[in-house]
Amino acid sequence: MAKFKHAIVVGASSGIGREIARQLAASGCRVGAVARRGERLAELEKEFPQLIVPCVHDATDYDSVPKVFQDLTGQVGGLDLIVYASGVMPIVEVDEYSFEKDKAMIDTNVLGAIAWLNQAAERFSHTGHGSLVGIGSVAGDRGRMKQPVYNASKAALHTYLEALRNRLDRKGVKVVTIKPGPVKTEMTAGLDMPGMMEPEQVAAFVIKKASKTGEHYVSPKHAVIFAIIRNIPSWIFRRLNI
Amino acid sequence: MDLPTPQHLALPGDKIREITGFGMSFRADSYVFQPTTLDEVREVFALARQVGRNIVLRGAGRSYGDAAIDAESIALDFTQMKRFLSWDPETGIAECEPGVTIEDLWRTGLPHGWWPKVVSGTMFPTLGGALAMNIHGKNNFRMGTLGDNVLEIDLMTVDGKVRTLTPDQELFYAAISSAGLLGVITRVKLGMKKVHSGDLKVYAESLPNWDAQIEAFEKRAENADYMVSWVDCFGSGAGAGRGLFHAAWHLPDEDSESLLPFHQDLPEKIAKVVPKSQVWRILKPLNNRFGMKWLNAAKHLSGKFVGNRKMHTQSLVAFSFLLDYVPNWRNAYLPDGFIQYQTFVPKEAAKRVFAKQIEMTQEAKMEPFLGVLKKHKPDRFLLSHSLDGYSFALDFKVSEETWPRLQRLCQRMNEMVIESGGRFYLAKDGTLTPEHAQAYLGENLTTLQLLKKELDPEGLLTSGQARRLKLFESA
Repeated sequence: MAKFKHAIVVGASSGIGREIARQLAASGCRVGAVARRGERLAELEKEFPQLIVPCVHDATDYDSVPKVFQDLTGQVGGLDLIVYASGVMPIVEVDEYSFEKDKAMIDTNVLGAIAWLNQAAERFSHTGHGSLVGIGSVAGDRGRMKQPVYNASKAALHTYLEALRNRLDRKGVKVVTIKPGPVKTEMTAGLDMPGMMEPEQVAAFVIKKASKTGEHYVSPKHAVIFAIIRNIPSWIFRRLNI
Repeated sequence: MDLPTPQHLALPGDKIREITGFGMSFRADSYVFQPTTLDEVREVFALARQVGRNIVLRGAGRSYGDAAIDAESIALDFTQMKRFLSWDPETGIAECEPGVTIEDLWRTGLPHGWWPKVVSGTMFPTLGGALAMNIHGKNNFRMGTLGDNVLEIDLMTVDGKVRTLTPDQELFYAAISSAGLLGVITRVKLGMKKVHSGDLKVYAESLPNWDAQIEAFEKRAENADYMVSWVDCFGSGAGAGRGLFHAAWHLPDEDSESLLPFHQDLPEKIAKVVPKSQVWRILKPLNNRFGMKWLNAAKHLSGKFVGNRKMHTQSLVAFSFLLDYVPNWRNAYLPDGFIQYQTFVPKEAAKRVFAKQIEMTQEAKMEPFLGVLKKHKPDRFLLSHSLDGYSFALDFKVSEETWPRLQRLCQRMNEMVIESGGRFYLAKDGTLTPEHAQAYLGENLTTLQLLKKELDPEGLLTSGQARRLKLFESA
C-alpha cells in the first residue's frame, strides 16, 4: 500500500470523506480537508492539528476551484492523492420529477467532481505522478426507477473517471473509481437499506486501493451481483422492481 | 515567457513539474519557469510576490540532494539563459550567462587551446549552479574551487538590482558558495587555462590500504595537475582502504589534432560492443550489496594487474568527466535513487575518520557502492566545503525501507566529521541536521543570515535544503 504524504479530500466534513481524511492524517499524511461546513473541519483540525489543513469551500463554486486548488496544494506542501467524496442524494419519490433536486445532484456529484479532478488531472499529467480517486457508487451501474438522476450522476462520474484513466495511465497517474454500496452516512440517514457499510470500513478500502488504478467494488458480493445486474437485458430490467 | 496576468493570480497549471536532486532520492513538485533575459527574471520575482510563493534557483539540477528543489515553490531554471556574452580565443577569457555549461565552455575553448581551470566530474552543470555550490575538481589541491578562478560575476538580488562583484569584494565570496540563497548569478567572467594538447599523461597505481592511499596523494601533490583515487568500500581488515589512484599531468607538446572535439568525444559503445546508453540496464541487476561487492573486487583486481604503476595517455574529457561515460547510469538506482555523501576532513584526521566511516557502513551492512578520495586546499568562500585535507565521496543506494537507517548512519558519521574539524558540501548534502550545519558553519552562518536580511529581507529565495537545515530560522 502506498504511503501518501500530501492529499486533498473534497467533502471531508462528513461520511466517507471525513473518515478518509482522518485515516490519512492518522498515517502521517498532510491533508487538505475541503468542505462547506467550517465547524466540522475545525473539529478535524483539532484532532490532527499539524496534519489537517482546513479549506472552507462549496464544491459547486466551480469558478473559484483553480485558485483554491492551487493555494491548498501550496499549503499542504504538494499532492500525491486527491479524493473527491462530495455527494448529495436527496430523497426523490418514485413519481417525483424535481429539477431542483436533480440539478443539485448533477452540480455536486458531477460538475463539482469535474471542477476539482480536472485541476488534479492537469497537475498530475505534468508531474507524472499522483492518484486521483472518485467515490462513485453501485447505483451508477444501471438506471433504476427509484433514482434516475442520482444513478445518472454516478454513471457520469464513472465514465469521466474511465476517460481520465485512459488519458493519464501512460503518464504514470493512477485514476481510481470506488463503488461502495449503501454506507451509513448522513446522506443515507432515515433510509432502510440492507447491508449498510460503515464509513470507516469504506475509507480504509479507499486508501488501500488509491494507488491501484481501475474500478473497485468495496464489497466482493457487490462485484458479483452488479456484474449480473449490468448484463440483464433492458427488456427484462424494466420489468424488475429494483 | 507565458506569465499570468495580474488579475489572474493562480500560477499557470502547465508549469508544474516534478523536479529531483541528481540522486533522485529528493523530489518535489514546483512551478518551473525558464527565463531567457534579466527582465524575465525580474517578472518571475514579481509573480512570486503576487502569488505568495518562494523561489528556488536551479541550474542543470546536478546537486545530489535538495539544494535545487523546493516543494510548491517557483523553480527558476536557468538552463535556457545560456549565451556567451563574449569570448576571446587569444586570451581565453569568456563572459557567460548562467546557463552556459562546463561542456559549452570546453567545446568553445579547447579548439583554441583553452581548457576550463576547474571542472566537476560531469560536464553538465551550468556555471550559475556550479558557482552557487562553488564546485571543485580533481585539481582542488592545486587550483582551488571554481570560484577561485572567476574574474567577475553579476549578482541580481530579489529587488531586481544587478551588482558586479570582483574578488576584491567580500560579497563576491558570499554570492559564490551560498547555494543561490542570496541572489541570482546572472553573468560570469572567467579565464581558461592554456593547454597545448587535448590529452593528459595519466599514472595509475593499485593501492592496498588507507596508508598507501594518503601516501600516494602526498607524494605527488607537489607536481601533479590532477589526483583522484577510487576506494573499494567493501575492503576490510588488511584490505581496508584498498583502491586505485590516478595522477595526471597536462602534456607540454603541441598536438593540435587532440584539441578538436572529435578527439575528445566519448565513445558511443563500451568495449566497441555495448551501446553505452543501455549500460545502466546491465548495471541495474548488479546494483545491490552482493553485485557491488563483486564488481568492486573485480575492479580492484583489474587495477592490480592491468596498467599498475604505469603511465598512459587519456583525453581531457575522458579523464575529467568519468560520470558522463555511462549516460543515465543513475537510473540503475531507481526507483528510490541514491545519495552521495561527501565529507571533508583535515589532513591529520582524514585516514582515521574515513576508515571509521567505512567500518561503520560495513557494520550496518550498508556499504557505499562507490568511494572516491580527493585532496583539497582551503579557500575563503563563505559556505566553503574545502579545507587543508581530504574528501571522501560515498554513493549510497536509497530505498524507502532503509532511508531512516541510512540517515541515522550518516548522521553518526557527520558527528565524527564535526569532531575532527571537518566540513560538508551543500551540493552533496542530504543528511545534515540544523545542529550539524550550525556546528560546521559557525560564525559564517551568522554572516550568511545578516547578508540574507540585507539582500533578501522577505526571504523570497529558499530551497528544500535551506528549510531542512533551518538556515534562516534563527536570523
